[in-house]
Amino acid sequence: MAARWQSLFLWTLATALAVALHLLGRAGVLSGYTVQVLSLICINIILTASLNLVNGYLGEFAIGHAGFMAVGAYVAGVMTVKLDLPFWLAFVAAGLAAALAAWLVGIPAFTTFGDYLAIITLGFNMIIVNVITNIDAVGGPRGMAGLPKATNLLWVYGTVAATLIVLGNLVRSNYGRLWTAIRQNEIAATLMGARVKQLKLTAFVVAGLFAGLAGALWGHLIQYINPSSFTYIKSTEILVMLYLGGMGSLSGSVVGATLMTVLLESLRGLGVWRLVISPLILIVIMLRMPRGILGFRELSLGGLFRPRGVSRRAAA
Amino acid sequence: MLIFIQQLMNALQLGGIYALIALGYTMVYGVLQLINFAHGDIFMVGAFIGLFLATYLKLPFVAVLLLTMALTAVVGVAVERVAYRPLRTAPRMSLIITALGVSLFLENFTRATVGAAPRDFPALVAGATWDLGGVTVGSVQVLIIGISVGLMLILRYVVRRTLLGKAMRAIADNREVIGLMGINPDAVIAATFAIGSGLAAAGGILVAQAYPVIEPYMGIVVGWKAFIAAVLGGIGLIDGAMLGGFILGFTEIFVAAYLPSTFRDGIAFAILIIVLLFRPTGLLGRPVSTKV
Repeated sequence: MAARWQSLFLWTLATALAVALHLLGRAGVLSGYTVQVLSLICINIILTASLNLVNGYLGEFAIGHAGFMAVGAYVAGVMTVKLDLPFWLAFVAAGLAAALAAWLVGIPAFTTFGDYLAIITLGFNMIIVNVITNIDAVGGPRGMAGLPKATNLLWVYGTVAATLIVLGNLVRSNYGRLWTAIRQNEIAATLMGARVKQLKLTAFVVAGLFAGLAGALWGHLIQYINPSSFTYIKSTEILVMLYLGGMGSLSGSVVGATLMTVLLESLRGLGVWRLVISPLILIVIMLRMPRGILGFRELSLGGLFRPRGVSRRAAA
Repeated sequence: MLIFIQQLMNALQLGGIYALIALGYTMVYGVLQLINFAHGDIFMVGAFIGLFLATYLKLPFVAVLLLTMALTAVVGVAVERVAYRPLRTAPRMSLIITALGVSLFLENFTRATVGAAPRDFPALVAGATWDLGGVTVGSVQVLIIGISVGLMLILRYVVRRTLLGKAMRAIADNREVIGLMGINPDAVIAATFAIGSGLAAAGGILVAQAYPVIEPYMGIVVGWKAFIAAVLGGIGLIDGAMLGGFILGFTEIFVAAYLPSTFRDGIAFAILIIVLLFRPTGLLGRPVSTKV
């Protein structure tokens, strides 16, 4: 019961903060750049947390998350720019389209096993970028400009909140327990009667859905999308955030995405060397902290004041 | 018919290069169960080392080829030593993520140091062409096919007949027990990386002779294709990598010859998925049974 009040308190606090920041931004107290970075943090949290469902909770290895982001960004972009539809409709359609793409990719992907999921998702990522580059109606390699500035702090905050609440409830539900069971021992889970393929596909589709929403938000934040924003370099960036924060932990995803976004923004002055440093960070994290900052542990308000060791046992 | 034979030569050339690079993937996968995402970038590093040897030291072709293979082998072993060896006992996922990090590091480090602009690679072989009853055969083409097939045969001999090959097969079979047999696993794994990187470097030089422009991101697509080839044939199998490389080379050349060339990459990927749906362990792979 205490946990429920605690999370209610945290969400109220966060919502108040988001509304306050949004109003400060509109009043011009916060610079446009600050608002942009805050929005980027939120979008990256959505991407990281949704990938966590597949890589962290389910224990599979998907690495082409930017592909679903691209589907969302382009579907939403076409709807607002070419068809002149309202943003909320484009936003919903972006999520659904990315979920559909995830379903289509997931069917062949989960008939194979092991590392093949990695190959197929990465392949999908490359194919989708390739396809977009070849469609002239959406600008081909030149990209698509003139997306309306529809994304604001309330939109991104609302989506982050929805993502974390939905994913948090999912991983604590029976579904989540089954996913964890599959992660820990797939054969045993099968023997217990878990419909493994179906369960994996569900996690994958949910992850794709949120990545699509993040893509729509991102496109309408930057107001310009082009295929090269969604290559496997972007996918790797999401992986870095996920593994930095730690797998199997939603608060880990929040921490990882926030730290990495701020770090990448502050390294912007270094130009191309920024792209050298971020993979180095990934390698060092893997060598020094193979579980990331919060791997398989959740941050909680109570845990901060509890003596060490107790929280471990309570989490397990 | 003549055009067909002409295309066949092109296909052999491309297939040979894919097969050379695919061998590196498959060998590393065999001993470490690791998708070495950095392998395509090792190929790129090889091409750049070759460029510097050829332009600044003005070495002849054979010297460039051998020296580049040796130097790139050192790079490959260094990557293994620094980034992969400390993770021998870590979960496989960490290892694969590290490989992805190494891949991006090599690409962007090269880009930061030599620049993103494509570089011209000097022609190291006298460009002669012969007319064989209507089919034109270039010296570069003969060289590429000859060297790639030659290297593959040497590797096949090494793996099948030598002590090192025996140790590599043993480590692929069971890494835990191999130490008890008096074999040093670290040395065998290092040797595997050295050979794989050397072959990738040879691939880099050969590609640079056939398509003489190189750039820091050239390893991505080629590496990805070579990996498809390795999986297609059955990952972990030397013969599988060669078969997969040639199949992919043939498909690409013939798709590009008879269909719009933008379909090429999509078809390579489609072939992979179709093969995996019917034979999840590749064309030559045997089904694995999971132990309970």
